[in-house]
Amino acid sequence: MKRATEKTIEKLFFLSAFISGLITFSIFGFLLIPGLPLFSKGRFFSILTEPWVPHFGQFGIYPMITGTLAITLLTMLFAFPLSLGCATLINLENKSWFSALLRKTVEMMTGVPTVIYGFVGIFLLVPLVRNIFNIGSGMCVLSAALMLTLLVSPTMILLFCDSFTRVPHAYGDAVLAMGGTEVQKFLYVTLPNSWPGILVGVTLAFGRALGDTLIVLMIAGNAVQVPGALFDSARTLTSHIALVFAADYNSPEFQAIFTCAIVLYLFSSALAVAVRLIHDKRRIRV
Amino acid sequence: MTNTQFPEKAVPLLSWMCGIVLLTAIASVLGFLFLKGWQSFNLQLIFGTTPPLEALLFKRRVFNGLFPAMVGTFSLVCLAVCWAIPVGIAAGIYLAEYARGKTRKFLNLIFDVLAGLPSIVVGLFGFSITIFLNRYLSSQIYPCLLISSIALAFLVLPYILRTTQTALEDQPASLRMTALALGASRMQNIGRVLLPQSLPGIMSGVILATGRCAEDTAVIMLTGAVATAGIPHSLFSNYEALPFYIYYISSQYADQEELASGYGAAIILLFICLMLFSLAFFIKKRVSLSAH
Repeated sequence: MKRATEKTIEKLFFLSAFISGLITFSIFGFLLIPGLPLFSKGRFFSILTEPWVPHFGQFGIYPMITGTLAITLLTMLFAFPLSLGCATLINLENKSWFSALLRKTVEMMTGVPTVIYGFVGIFLLVPLVRNIFNIGSGMCVLSAALMLTLLVSPTMILLFCDSFTRVPHAYGDAVLAMGGTEVQKFLYVTLPNSWPGILVGVTLAFGRALGDTLIVLMIAGNAVQVPGALFDSARTLTSHIALVFAADYNSPEFQAIFTCAIVLYLFSSALAVAVRLIHDKRRIRV
Repeated sequence: MTNTQFPEKAVPLLSWMCGIVLLTAIASVLGFLFLKGWQSFNLQLIFGTTPPLEALLFKRRVFNGLFPAMVGTFSLVCLAVCWAIPVGIAAGIYLAEYARGKTRKFLNLIFDVLAGLPSIVVGLFGFSITIFLNRYLSSQIYPCLLISSIALAFLVLPYILRTTQTALEDQPASLRMTALALGASRMQNIGRVLLPQSLPGIMSGVILATGRCAEDTAVIMLTGAVATAGIPHSLFSNYEALPFYIYYISSQYADQEELASGYGAAIILLFICLMLFSLAFFIKKRVSLSAH
């Protein structure tokens, strides 16, 4: 009797895992089916490369793809050196009060809601950018990337710190024993040995910046155009979904936002696979 | 010699600069919020002109306060976490204790993908399901509290699953073997030994998931959150939520008073999320301390 109950519970465990896995696939299915009418004429790739001019029956999402890439890459350009610097400081000055404060603050930052960054962005950063550079409204690629930097840096810093401490202590002690300084130990031993962790941090942060909706929706300006400069307004795939969402759900505009979601889905899955590959590779190396 | 020494001199300087830049940036963001928002902080912000006691007992509707949004967020978070906890923990147990070989590798990858999905994609999925149900099941179904909570549960499921899995896998082999050696069955070992031991780890995951539910805006704006709905009456009604209110106010505010309530809402949401995250960190820290 007791065995029977145990078997049932074990089945329930399996069922839960199965359902959770199924969700991942059904999300893709429920994005694909409503978007199908637009692809059926073999137009999937033309949608990816066409401009968005609904009046002329063009529902391409090319401007949104470039907008997303521009903002995400710019964010990484700011966030990667900043995060690497902060993680280095936490690692080098591991006994000073400043780096303890920095670490605590970074941990706290992982809990700040994105909508708050967006809100403060509108009322603090956007006027600041507008007044300093005196171009346009201040709602631009640059403002969005600056705020996104605050969003994704904590993820990277904590992962970098984690991978620094994972380098075997004996390696570093050897440098110190030969008369090397803490900086030399960090620069020539710790850093080169933690590249897998750094790669994982960058990939995850990239995914975070790519998938964020609220910050870009609130402060990137949302103009449908291929951004050509830092001060151009831009629209990302995520904010495009949020903005067109209100349309009638049989219209081709509405079907096109499912293409955005599919592109986002594929992109973030590719990043997840990349992280797994790096993890597996590291396990072989160590 | 001078060439190799340059980076050694520059690294500490640059890293100090990065640290100072980051701290200044986050301090100005939070400082700005508090400086602008603290004046609007009083009972009227939450309850408007309705007497607080009557509002709390749901006797009278609150029109110009944050109370409905707070109740909305609260019920949304509770529902979502309720859906996600049983499935997440059970799946986590399966992954840590039963799945082996190829199945395990495959499931790990699948959950990585699920965890990495942008929340707006999950939101659009929720809406797509609503359309589907509306067309084929009942035309009474519209975006509502229930749909939102289910979509949010999908969003945080991987968090709960992963923390359960890691908490179980981190248990030392000696502990894992003890009960088995004494003749306990596999299930007794999980239920009486491994799960109680990993409870703090699982708890911190659940709390993090709660914080994620409370702050997420993209999912709910696609699945039923609206600007004015009052207290949600049932699972099938529209609702207000704090993060959506903040977004809405930032783009649609009519006067300074409304804007001030936006700042107030932002401070309340920030406070709730930071409380949850520090609670989770506290539990995690205590676990890692007692382990060493």
